[in-house]
Amino acid sequence: MSETDLASTQPPENPGRRRLLIWTTGVVGAVGAGLAIWPFAASWKPSAKARLVGAPVEVNIGNLEPGQMMRVVWRGQTIGIMRRSERMIDDLPDLNEKLADPQSEVATQQPEYAQNEHRSIKPEYLVANIHCTHLGCIPQVLPEVEAQPFDAEWRGGFFCPCHRSKFDLAGRVYSGVPAQLNLVIPPYHFVDDSTVMIGVGPEGAA
Amino acid sequence: MAKPASNLSKNVQAVGAWVDERLPVSKTWREHLTEYYAPKNFNLWYYFGSLAIVVLVIQLVTGIWLTMFYTPHADMAFGSVEFIMRDVEWGWLIRYMHSTGASFFFILVYLHMFRALLYGSYRKPRELIWILGVLILLVMMAEAFMGYVLPWGQMSYWGAQVIISLFGAIPEVGDVLVEWIRGDYMISNATLNRFFALHVVAMPLALLALVVLHLVALHEVGSNNPDGVEIKKHKDEKGRPLDGIPFHPYYTVKDLFGVGVFLILFAFVLFYAPEMGGLFLEPDNFVPADPLVTPEHIVPVWYFTPYYAMLRAVPDKFLGVMVMGAAIFVLFFLPWLDRSKVRSIRYKGLPSKIMLALFVVGFIRLGMLALGDGTPIQTLESRIWTAYYFAFFVLLPFVTKFEKTKPEPDRVTK
Repeated sequence: MSETDLASTQPPENPGRRRLLIWTTGVVGAVGAGLAIWPFAASWKPSAKARLVGAPVEVNIGNLEPGQMMRVVWRGQTIGIMRRSERMIDDLPDLNEKLADPQSEVATQQPEYAQNEHRSIKPEYLVANIHCTHLGCIPQVLPEVEAQPFDAEWRGGFFCPCHRSKFDLAGRVYSGVPAQLNLVIPPYHFVDDSTVMIGVGPEGAA
Repeated sequence: MAKPASNLSKNVQAVGAWVDERLPVSKTWREHLTEYYAPKNFNLWYYFGSLAIVVLVIQLVTGIWLTMFYTPHADMAFGSVEFIMRDVEWGWLIRYMHSTGASFFFILVYLHMFRALLYGSYRKPRELIWILGVLILLVMMAEAFMGYVLPWGQMSYWGAQVIISLFGAIPEVGDVLVEWIRGDYMISNATLNRFFALHVVAMPLALLALVVLHLVALHEVGSNNPDGVEIKKHKDEKGRPLDGIPFHPYYTVKDLFGVGVFLILFAFVLFYAPEMGGLFLEPDNFVPADPLVTPEHIVPVWYFTPYYAMLRAVPDKFLGVMVMGAAIFVLFFLPWLDRSKVRSIRYKGLPSKIMLALFVVGFIRLGMLALGDGTPIQTLESRIWTAYYFAFFVLLPFVTKFEKTKPEPDRVTK
């Protein structure tokens, strides 16, 4: 009869050899496919151009008056740089009991060098990504001590119009609001007394 | 307590049966793979069809990825291609896969078509497979041409200028037609945008549909083979062709091996000669499109060159375009022009063999001549081969009808 009867229904003459061949082909093929997928997956990462646009930015803060805040854009995020007055700095510890994380214990929200009472390198200057940690809106800046509709004892800080989250002047979140985390402190360092470099920490780490 | 393994396999079987009652998965699997009987005497020439599908998949995947980074605008297209080449991670690889893939697609399809010429695969009852195949070639040409325009380099621009102007050769409506295709008074952003839409959506859809039809038609009548004899004439008691073997696992394994060899070759070109010395990607296309300056040496990409040579060989614009069009159009009639008693070149007479050999030589020579400077001798040779190209089809019915053929075997040979 014909060779057709050799069709896949018949067991192989040498099953061990066939198993080896199938497995080696399969494994080598899978490794190849995996390697082939890599360039396609990697191409979705930020391009060299995007990384260039995302490079550190240097900001001159020499003209900031106490109580004033300037905004710069770094990687599409609004970074606020505020020069805090003596009153503002002194106020910070008094607010502790109203806050969710007064000691900045959540490590993801700031670099180590900003994990302190004033959440900054120099107490005078707050450098923070001011996008609300709830859903990314940009809060209003209300630095003065004055009664607000949402808080009669407002000591100055950030108030998010989207879902009413509140942060103090160190970017620490109040307890009992939708946002759970303090504002993010980006990596930064002082190049000199009047220049801040955002995107690179004091030791060069991004 | 039942063993977990057998429980699992029972569950898998139950899900399979549930799906099968609603969607013919295992029926399709059987009809097109495990119980699709292909002749057992396939040779090297039978790799190119499945390889063409592999390249089609490469083109689709890399094309989708390029679309993610490319900007279809006259002011930004060139820059965005450079952006892909320099700034996107692995972008250069994805783009070179696509451009190299285009050339390989044509290499494979030309070889696949030559296989059909060799073994008479276009003969009754496979006429529609052939016709669908020629349509695939036509769509591929449109697809490749429009794809070449997208980088908006000098060759993109002037190639588009020349090819679109061909339509201007049509009497009366030519000028209006050209303006309509361009969507402007010159090649412009409007042209680029419509070519982009056609290249990434319309043509690929048409191509996929035609490929499916090509395969469905093939599986309806079954594959031809190097002997050109019908394997369905001799069947066993279960109705399986005696000279057929199940496509899966036999030919899936064979084709898989072919894919391995092919990918090695493909990778070699991809990494060491992606531009193929200007044949796959022309140097002038690395210069941004400039409507004020035409490149000195304007030639199409290699896969169009045989037809381009025919266009240049004819000293009349309208006739030249007609000749070029007819060169493709005549292919549709091939199934009815071959009137030999046998299908395969193996059993045809010497005149058929010489004619086919000359046809191949002529096709290649035409391609080479198109790249030349167009000296009088080259023009003369182009004319001779152009004339022969058509003579092949004109002579075919007579030669195949009257030449002496060898007797076909009853069953396929080794």
